[in-house]
Order: sequence, then C-alpha cells, then structure tokens
Amino acid sequence: MSIHHIRVTINGKLYEGDVEARTLLVHWLRDGLRLTGTHIGCDTSSCGACTILVDGKAVKSCTMLAVQADGRELLTVEGLEQNGKLHPLQEGFHVEHALQCGYCTPGMMMAALALLKRNPDPSEQEIREGISGNLCRCTGYVNIVKAIQYAAQKLREPEQVPAGSGGGGE
Amino acid sequence: MIPGPFDYQVAGSVAEAIALLDQHGADAKVLAGGHSLIPLLRFRLASPAVLVDINRLRDLEYIQEADGTLHIGALTREVDLEASDLIRRRYPILADTARVIADPVVRNWATVGGNLAHADPANDHPATMLALGAQLVATGPSGQRLIPIEQFFTDSSFETTLQPNELLTEVRVPAPSERSGGAYLKLERKVGDYAIAGVAAYVILDGAGHVTYAGIGLTNVGPTPIKARAAEQLLLGSSLDDAVIAQAARQAAAEAQPVSDLRGPADYKRAMVETLTMRALRQARSRATGGA
Repeated sequence: MSIHHIRVTINGKLYEGDVEARTLLVHWLRDGLRLTGTHIGCDTSSCGACTILVDGKAVKSCTMLAVQADGRELLTVEGLEQNGKLHPLQEGFHVEHALQCGYCTPGMMMAALALLKRNPDPSEQEIREGISGNLCRCTGYVNIVKAIQYAAQKLREPEQVPAGSGGGGE
Repeated sequence: MIPGPFDYQVAGSVAEAIALLDQHGADAKVLAGGHSLIPLLRFRLASPAVLVDINRLRDLEYIQEADGTLHIGALTREVDLEASDLIRRRYPILADTARVIADPVVRNWATVGGNLAHADPANDHPATMLALGAQLVATGPSGQRLIPIEQFFTDSSFETTLQPNELLTEVRVPAPSERSGGAYLKLERKVGDYAIAGVAAYVILDGAGHVTYAGIGLTNVGPTPIKARAAEQLLLGSSLDDAVIAQAARQAAAEAQPVSDLRGPADYKRAMVETLTMRALRQARSRATGGA
C-alpha cells in the first residue's frame, strides 16, 4: 500500500492532500474534499453520474484513481456556475425541465460540456451520441437534448435568449 | 466498492516502465486507460501488488503512416483513433471499431493498447486486428520484438504472450493497397455493452477482382478472440460473389464457440455471426471497390 501527496487544481482552485493509491477519484472528491456535486451511480463505469472533466476531457471519475489526477486540472459541476450566474447548461436544464430526480444531472451536464467544447453546434443525433455514456432513468432524454440545444445556442450567441425558452431562469 | 491495497508507481519513460515491470514481475499490472483494470480491482477480481501507471507516456500516443505501415502508439486513446482523419479516410474498419467501443466518455480515456493487452474476448480491437493481420511491438529489457497478432492471444481468456517485463508499445497495421477494404460490425444491446457478437472482415483483391487476402475476426463468441481461418480460406482466390460470401459466413458461424448467457442463447449468437459476417464481407467488398 502506498500513500501519495497530490496537488490538483479543481474548478480553478488548488487542492492538496494525501491519498492512498487505491482511493478512487470520485471518493476523494466527495469524501475527502466534500465536493459532493459529483455523484456515484453504478459503481461500474456504466452510468456516467460521476462524469467530470480532467484536462478538458470528460472522464468517469469512478474509474480513475485520485493519485492519477496529480498535477491535472479538473472541472466538476461545482465549477460551472460563475459569480453567482448559472452556466448556460445549468440554465438550459432548468428552463427545459431536463431533470426529474436529478441524480444523473451533474454527470450529464459535464458530458454535455465536453461535447459542446468539441462541437459547438451539434445535431440532435450528435447530442444523443455524446451523452450515450450517461444514463437517465427518469426523463427519456427528450428534455435533456433540448437543454443541451438551449445551452449550445446560448454559448454560440450569448446575447440572444433562445426562442421558446419562456424567459425562465432564476 | 474499493480496490484492495497496492503500490502505485508512475512511469516517466518507457524504459522506466519496463524497469518497474522487470523489478516486480507478475506482481505488477500496467495501468493505461484503466477502464477494464480499475473495475477488476474494485470487484477484487485482480489484486496486483503494484500498478505501473503509463498514462504520462505521451510519446506512446500517435497515429502515423510510414513505410507502408500504419503505426498506432499503444497509449493512443480510442477517441483519437475515432476522430483521426487518416483513420476515417484510409482505415474505415478501424474507425468502425473505435466508435463502438464502450461509450464516448470511456473512449476519452481508454487506449488501443489496453483493449488488446487485456485480451478480453469481448473487446473489439482483437477481432479487427486479427482480420487486418496486425503486428504488435513488445518492448522489454533487451529491446523490441514483433508479435504477429495471431500469436498474441493464447488459448485462455485474458492472457497474452507478452512477458511480465514487456510493455505493448505499438500496433502496426499494413497500409491499404489499391483494392482493399474492411468493416467491423458489432451487435450490442445498448451503447456501452459488450458485443452479443462482433465480426471484422478485411479483404484484398487483385486487378481481376479475385481475393488475395482475407481476414475474419470474431468478437465475444468464444473464450478468446477468434480468427475464422477456414472461412478465410474459402474466400481466397474467389471473386467474392454473394454465393461465396454466404458460404464463408456459414463457415465463420461454425468456427464461433458461443455460450448461452445473459446476451442470448448460443444458437442465436451463432446465427448472428453468420449474418454479421455476410454483411461485413459485403461492406468490405464495397469499400475495396471504391464504395463506402
């Protein structure tokens, strides 16, 4: 068994700690740092509830060791909101009612964020493929797709409120 | 579920990784993308004393053609294979394969080398590499050796002919010739699942349209990845018409060794191998003759 001192930038802030080699990244985030926005779902890297970004790429944090994150930059759902303002994805999930129980939502938004970074104007099919590693057992995905379309448009044209949004928000 | 305890070492170079493997022998496991290994650790199906993390070896991430050969670094992430313009244009069978492995988030991290070295008969690259006649580069303390893919897997699941102190560093695929083509087809219950059955087919034709090379690999229908040799033999020298394709597909189904499990009864899987082989060969023919 080995213990490692790691330094990880999470949502722009530097965190340090000692972790056992076998500690999974998601457990360090949740139990070690109390960043509990990242959820644990299936425990088998199937459901995507624990999806975060590592160096800009979506990763299932239940299938990575905390020690592997040493020196890397992470983004978790807590890092989406900026200065009290919801990220367009969060706004989209709210406006389009893209969640029911909410359990998959953080992972879904992080997978969507990675998709939109790579492809700012995805088709419905591309969105569905992009989130195909993230399971939702409530919504049937229809409103999740709409929420990602909302965010995609808002990120492309920040000044315009998408049509049909009903002017929702906080 | 939490893995059992182990020591963790980061390799800063290929030489360092090999030195660590040489030092720890069979007690060590290589950690690449980890999307097979970490679940195994969590279920306590594997309990290596040492993990050698090779994820920092960026010089093992490349896709390039040189001297009539495609060179894929073992640490190349599936997403990069899937997105590569060179792969899409020249090696569509590899693009077919990469895009059906697990799911998009997993593919960001999962590696080509890991998919092969794990030697899971349910993994997708083994069948494709068997069809293509790939060669694997194993790097050990005394240098590199080339392993033809058909000598890489043993008769046991999850076992390869890599020595404990060797690292799989590169995959080599012959560059396409003027009239060659392949396809990989996977039948799966849902995205992210292993195949019910998968078939890779690759053919090279001569100027008269006769088959000079045929490769057929099967996924998840036996204890190991299967090379359907008798089916390949049937195709050699033929004009790859529908009748010989149907005959080869029946033969490939006969060479499959499926068992009944949660993905379906053995008979069903065997029937699917026949259908998928037929379709994969037709698509290979189409691609070999200039189609999509």
